[in-house]
Amino acid sequence: MTVMLNVENARKTFTMHLQGGITLPVVQGVSFQVAAGECVVLSGPSGAGKSSILKMIFGNYRCDGGRISVRHQGEMTDLAGAEPRLVLNARRQTIGYVSQFLRAVPRVAALDVVAEPLLAAGVAREEARLRAGALLARLNIPERLWSLPPSTFSGGEQQRVNIARGFISDLPILLLDEPTASLDAANRAVVVDLIAAKKKAGVAMIAIVHDDDIREQIADRTVDVTTFAAAA
Amino acid sequence: MVEVTGPSDQPLLVADGLTKSYGRLAACRDVSFALYPGEVLAIVGESGSGKSTLLQMLSAQLAPSGGRVSYRMRDGVLRDLAQLGEAERRFLFRTDWGYVHQDPAQGLRMAVSAGANVGERLMAVGWNNYGRIRQTASSWLERVEIDIARIDDAPRTYSGGMRQRLQIARNLVTEPRLVFMDEPTGGLDVSVQARLLDLMRSLVNELGLAAIVVTHDLAVARLLSHRVMVMKEGRVIETGLTDQVLDDPREPYTQLLVSSILPP
Repeated sequence: MTVMLNVENARKTFTMHLQGGITLPVVQGVSFQVAAGECVVLSGPSGAGKSSILKMIFGNYRCDGGRISVRHQGEMTDLAGAEPRLVLNARRQTIGYVSQFLRAVPRVAALDVVAEPLLAAGVAREEARLRAGALLARLNIPERLWSLPPSTFSGGEQQRVNIARGFISDLPILLLDEPTASLDAANRAVVVDLIAAKKKAGVAMIAIVHDDDIREQIADRTVDVTTFAAAA
Repeated sequence: MVEVTGPSDQPLLVADGLTKSYGRLAACRDVSFALYPGEVLAIVGESGSGKSTLLQMLSAQLAPSGGRVSYRMRDGVLRDLAQLGEAERRFLFRTDWGYVHQDPAQGLRMAVSAGANVGERLMAVGWNNYGRIRQTASSWLERVEIDIARIDDAPRTYSGGMRQRLQIARNLVTEPRLVFMDEPTGGLDVSVQARLLDLMRSLVNELGLAAIVVTHDLAVARLLSHRVMVMKEGRVIETGLTDQVLDDPREPYTQLLVSSILPP
């Protein structure tokens, strides 16, 4: 069993300076590991800090303490408090993030939005676009939409474009923030299949899913986030 | 800790304790950072925060009162800008650097043709084959989405967005390694801004350019930059990965800036 992610004692508190400097403790003592080929689902009610933990791992949120080590270029590397260059490099080569919402770039075609992570990883443009098209087709985005910017798409279509963008890479660690939230049954099944294929390829995944049925299908293990509740 | 190997391992530009005072007024205080090849840094802050003063010092247009800026020349040696000879300075300004002004009229020659505006930078570095210069200029106009039919028109006949795109072509034609941009989307309509941002984003990615972008618009920083420095009263008060600073701002002033953005 190869450990891909090791979170040790991570802690996060927000200080809201515009609200008189009140502090909002989010999580503390966050500790868990994820191995290659395993999908760990974070469980707990809304507001328990599940998304915050994913953001701490990806580096959008800073950690106030603890370590977040990922297997990056063959070595366990602490990303908590790492230099921006190292975090960016880890995002190019090691960790991907599938968020609930697409931050659409104006004027960029859906096909290119999906192909972009492959281009960043050095895959040739032709191959990247072919793979992007195949994945969009699998997620039931009709070909006539591929050349349009996703900002004009419906919410569900945008989410599927985002899922395609997240799953297209060959990154060894994926963070999934409610990847099936607004999808119909057919597309949920596609996402479940994509996750199964990633497991087979040895990808370590940390997921947030609210749908019990999906959780049953994808989780190898769950981690209860309420045990990391921060004392107020 | 594993790091990237290769040339991007070494910083392209290093600022060390940069300070600029005008009498008792300190416009910029003790700014230090390193910029690596291919990295885009946004400097954000309101008017008067010192960000434009900083940009002028970084691009050797203004002598600092304290501290220094070093730049890695193409031979791989990191050199203090204040110690460069005239020929080396010329090389930076004409070839290895670009500078995109907020007002295109400052970066373009408004009365000569668009083709000549782009070709001039090539002639300054020794190109003398008219056919090749014109061909390269037209291919750059195409890249910045200017209709080739307008190549012989002067930029004063262009719209604001076209002028800004022409200024970008003029800067990039010599394949610089570093581009400075001062409020590149300021004064443009929102729809024109989006097109320009998208164009700059893809050019920076394709060419692997390093860039330092001064902007008061956090959306510009979000879209273009890898890293952000937030300035207030001449000091850098917060710095980090762009999405980290914007999603998890730590300083009171940064929280105020972020919370002041209207949702899209």
